[in-house]
Amino acid sequence: MSAPNSAFDPKQVAALDASAIDAMVADALAAIAMAGDLAAIKEVRLAHAGDRSPLALANREIGALPPAAKAEAGKRMGEARGAIKSALEARTEILELERDERALVEEAVDVTLPVDRAPLGARHPLTTLMERICDVFIAMGYDIAEGPEVESEWVNFDALNVPPDHPARTMQDTFYVGSPESGVVLRTQTSPIQIRAMLERPLPIYVVAPGRVFRTDELDATHTPVFHQVEGLAVDENITMADLKGTLDHFAAEMFGAGIVTRLRPSYFPFTEPSAELDVQCFVCRGASIGNPDSSCRTCGSEGWIEWGGCGMVNPRVLDAVGIDSAKYRGFAFGMGIERTLMFRNGVTDMRDMVEGDIRFSQAFGVES
Amino acid sequence: MRAPVSWLRELVSIPDSESGRDIAERLIRAGLEVETVETLGEGVLGELVVGRVESIEELTDFKKPIRWCQVTVGGATRGIICGARNFSEGDLVAVALPGTVLPGGFTIATRETYGHMSDGMLCSERELGLGEGHDGIIILEPGSALPGNDARPILGVGDEVLDIAVTPDRGYALSMRGLARELAIAYEVPFVDVGRELVELPAPDAERLPAACASDDLEACALFTLRTIIDFDPTKVSPGWMRSRLSACGMRPVSLAVDVTNYVMLETGQPLHAFDLGKIRGAIRAGRPAGGETLETIDHVVRTLSSDDLVISDDRGPIGLAGTMGGLETEIDSTTTSLALEAAHFSAEVVARMARRHKLSSEASRRFERGVDRELAPYASARAASLLLQWGGGHYVGMTAVEAAMSPVIIEMRSSEPSAVAGMEIPEATVIESLGRVGCEVVGGQDPLRVIAPSWRADLTDACDLVEEVVRLIGYDNVPSRLPTAAVGHGLTAAQRMRRRVGVMLAARGGVEVLSYPFVSDAELDALRIPSDDPRRSTVVLANPMSDQLPYLRATLLPGLLTAVRRNAGRGSTSVNLFELGSVYRGAVEGEALRPSVLMRPSEQEWAALNEALPSQPFLVAGVLAGERELDGWWGAARAYDWSDALAAAVSVGEILGITLEVSRGANPSFHPGRCAELVLAGTVVGSAGELHPRVCEALGLVPRTCAWELDLGALMTSAPPVRPAPIVGTQPVAKEDLALIVSDEVSTSAVEQALRQGAGELLESVRLFDVYRGPQVPDGHRSLAFALRFRAPDRTLEAAETAEVRQAAIDCAASTCGAVLR
Ligand SMILES: [Zn+2]
Repeated sequence: MSAPNSAFDPKQVAALDASAIDAMVADALAAIAMAGDLAAIKEVRLAHAGDRSPLALANREIGALPPAAKAEAGKRMGEARGAIKSALEARTEILELERDERALVEEAVDVTLPVDRAPLGARHPLTTLMERICDVFIAMGYDIAEGPEVESEWVNFDALNVPPDHPARTMQDTFYVGSPESGVVLRTQTSPIQIRAMLERPLPIYVVAPGRVFRTDELDATHTPVFHQVEGLAVDENITMADLKGTLDHFAAEMFGAGIVTRLRPSYFPFTEPSAELDVQCFVCRGASIGNPDSSCRTCGSEGWIEWGGCGMVNPRVLDAVGIDSAKYRGFAFGMGIERTLMFRNGVTDMRDMVEGDIRFSQAFGVES
Repeated sequence: MRAPVSWLRELVSIPDSESGRDIAERLIRAGLEVETVETLGEGVLGELVVGRVESIEELTDFKKPIRWCQVTVGGATRGIICGARNFSEGDLVAVALPGTVLPGGFTIATRETYGHMSDGMLCSERELGLGEGHDGIIILEPGSALPGNDARPILGVGDEVLDIAVTPDRGYALSMRGLARELAIAYEVPFVDVGRELVELPAPDAERLPAACASDDLEACALFTLRTIIDFDPTKVSPGWMRSRLSACGMRPVSLAVDVTNYVMLETGQPLHAFDLGKIRGAIRAGRPAGGETLETIDHVVRTLSSDDLVISDDRGPIGLAGTMGGLETEIDSTTTSLALEAAHFSAEVVARMARRHKLSSEASRRFERGVDRELAPYASARAASLLLQWGGGHYVGMTAVEAAMSPVIIEMRSSEPSAVAGMEIPEATVIESLGRVGCEVVGGQDPLRVIAPSWRADLTDACDLVEEVVRLIGYDNVPSRLPTAAVGHGLTAAQRMRRRVGVMLAARGGVEVLSYPFVSDAELDALRIPSDDPRRSTVVLANPMSDQLPYLRATLLPGLLTAVRRNAGRGSTSVNLFELGSVYRGAVEGEALRPSVLMRPSEQEWAALNEALPSQPFLVAGVLAGERELDGWWGAARAYDWSDALAAAVSVGEILGITLEVSRGANPSFHPGRCAELVLAGTVVGSAGELHPRVCEALGLVPRTCAWELDLGALMTSAPPVRPAPIVGTQPVAKEDLALIVSDEVSTSAVEQALRQGAGELLESVRLFDVYRGPQVPDGHRSLAFALRFRAPDRTLEAAETAEVRQAAIDCAASTCGAVLR
């Protein structure tokens, strides 16, 4: 702060005349405009707005003016200092902005550098496909049933209307656990879960049961001794084949796209009667490839339909074996291979890819197949 | 079952416009699995003509004998080189002329070979794509054609053959007759059943009839017939059309007698067997052997019989496995002049059991297992006898037979049942008409309908079987599609949700899920240093493993994971983080099979016993980490997986389930003894984590310092809190205190941390170890642990004095329980 003049001194009044002040302001503004960075502006502030600046020195002279001139000089001085102050502020702001921008430019990185230090893993596509299937049926009010992989032969065969010497037992090459007479097998299908569901759950029953099953097939491009199936079972009063077809059509549409339907062909399974093979309409060509060599379809082999699984109405003998009144209740059941579904749905060409655990295979699917 | 379309057309009037594919489509709709439709000789282009071999010159200057033949092919005679030796001068043969293309794109050309200009080719079955026959060239029946005739129609070139996979319930479809019946139904054309046509045979010669045949077990052999033919000419061969059909059906022509039995079996579905009567002593009978005898079957295998088998015997003993395979000793041969032709009905179960016991599946056993027409035998054997007499000459002696009484099975079915099952209206008239079309007889006019199934449909036993026939004939395509209203569901179970959550979490942490085979070997378990009394040592063994090397079911997930790690490394992925969720199998499987009745629900005790017979099947989760967790890159140097990554993965599984697993030093023998953690839940060890033992890595060919972890996920899921209580989120200021404690190496960090928590009490919000220091100022055998403590009161700002007091209490507790000294 400038020290006030204690005495009237008419000799120094020249410094307070208008032109002198204007010159000081002009000098200051020019210096401000010239200041190239924040260090320079600091110096300019000291030189033109500091305690020893010409304007500050001139200000000290106001006290020496005659009282009549004091007011005018004070006003002129105030305007001058205000102009310099705002010019300084404006210039400082510009220079600060420039400094910040320069710093951001200097901190720039190459954002195209690889950032895969810890890449995501993946779930097995068979797992996620089974979960997807379960979700479709959960939405329809079904529960998910489970059962042991090492299973009682009675549950895996006898209760499913496959008596000991029935040819259907040799249709499936069974792994026996312990000894061939132990009555314990690696389940050959997910159908034993049907038996467990019917023995352990209250009626009506609506369940799907995904799981791992075992047959003594050598591993090759289309076979594996360990694979997965999903089984569906509904037992209720008045269940019909029409209900089965509707359920499968809905399932197919959820899995492969709206409008995709299924087809049933008569077949044989000991635990269903009537029984049917289940085909799903080709979701790639939707049948357009049939008899049309110009637009052949690799997914369905230009057949228009893809073999998907088996199904039928639960054989009343199976209901008898679990103590469900077959005069009152009927059921339908269906099942399909998960590997097979993944093969045609996602274009897997070799069964071995699904069993070998090569990380490159699963990583292509992430956590959703 | 392979079925030539030309043969089917002979048995049923299929419209001429129908192709093999059309016919296949009809059969598929009827429930027969037509796998392929192939065209015989497909790919044979150009001239294929009949030739007559005029002369044969044997060329002996070459490595193998070669024939230089002069063959007349209508006018011209051509010189042709041939390597086959099964023909003679005067034989009619199939000649591919130069320019003809054979299957596989092989073009016949006039070319110099073995010192002669060969001007065509004499063809074998296989070369023309007609069958597997490659023992020699095709020889046509004498007089069946003239040289120069087109050989295609004679050989069946261009005929289509359906290959049908017959399901166990459709035994009748293992015959041309059965397929023709289905086609007659499908095309709605009349059907004449060759299985009910009794062909006329010469009058029997009662004088020379051999001893009457017998069945000692009328349940297992309900019908047994023997027809006898003598003075048969064994040099006669089967007619060409018969051989062609056998070949087209995938059977090898052998001799007239064998070919005829096979031909009639294919035609009617009745397996037949011809014995050389000259080698038989006494009467032929069907019955049970005593057990322990041996029988050499025609496949030259000596089989030890069981009293559960069913055999055909003469006075000296067994001469054949009933309905399965004949014995070698009584087999017909090139000198056989008297034949005993067996046609019988054997029990499906008995034959199935026998075929399984002897691991012997034959054309005959496949048919008997699936059920042969109970009444067919005499009709089929008459057809066979007639063909044998026609083509082999001989004298018909007659038939002896024995038969059990038959009582028709009546199936009751409400006429509304098909409608109720299909979910559509099917009038009673349609039901009755459909049943009639498949051969059922509906007796009486009442409801429920009383239905007698035809003798060739042993599979029709229950009302539901009849329902299938009705709906099948109406067409499955005509059944409507409608969604049932399912009961209200419960969504995923807690365990199902938790398994998903664990899988997603591990994948998000960089893990890749594998689903490995559960088969393990002793070698793998030894390599993992698992002692015999360890629960991870497999005890559940397979009776028939895929490989003798892998007889066990896993009791730990690690072998499969480590195999996958090794496979990935072999393919160049040396840094991997794999995990698996799956069952393991522990305990023992012993004792006899339990077989509760299937006619009613098993009792609680029976059901419990069935389940108790199973091994325990805990559900585990495990992971293996090998190589580098972070590769070197612009961010810095590589960082290898270490024990702590394995432990972190295991701990995180607990965390995502809302469980804090306690960690202590472990002693799992598969792991590095100094780098193994044990995971404890409520006082029970539920898993291990750490670095694998160096010897394990070496023995299994793993990258050194491979790390692994394994947890009993089932046990964790049982303890997971179903509902998690909310925390109190304090808004008062936090007071932070750091302290360093010098602690003996004997004391674990978690013990010190626990002591700090205990001493600090409720005001302690968190404690975190942030440094471990060894060096000057720290005595040997000790280290300095630096902890950051955060204190907070729920209701007030903590005073400095108060903070100092709890800090001291924490230190005091660490000092008294762990011998810690403030540094
Ligand atoms: Zn398609």
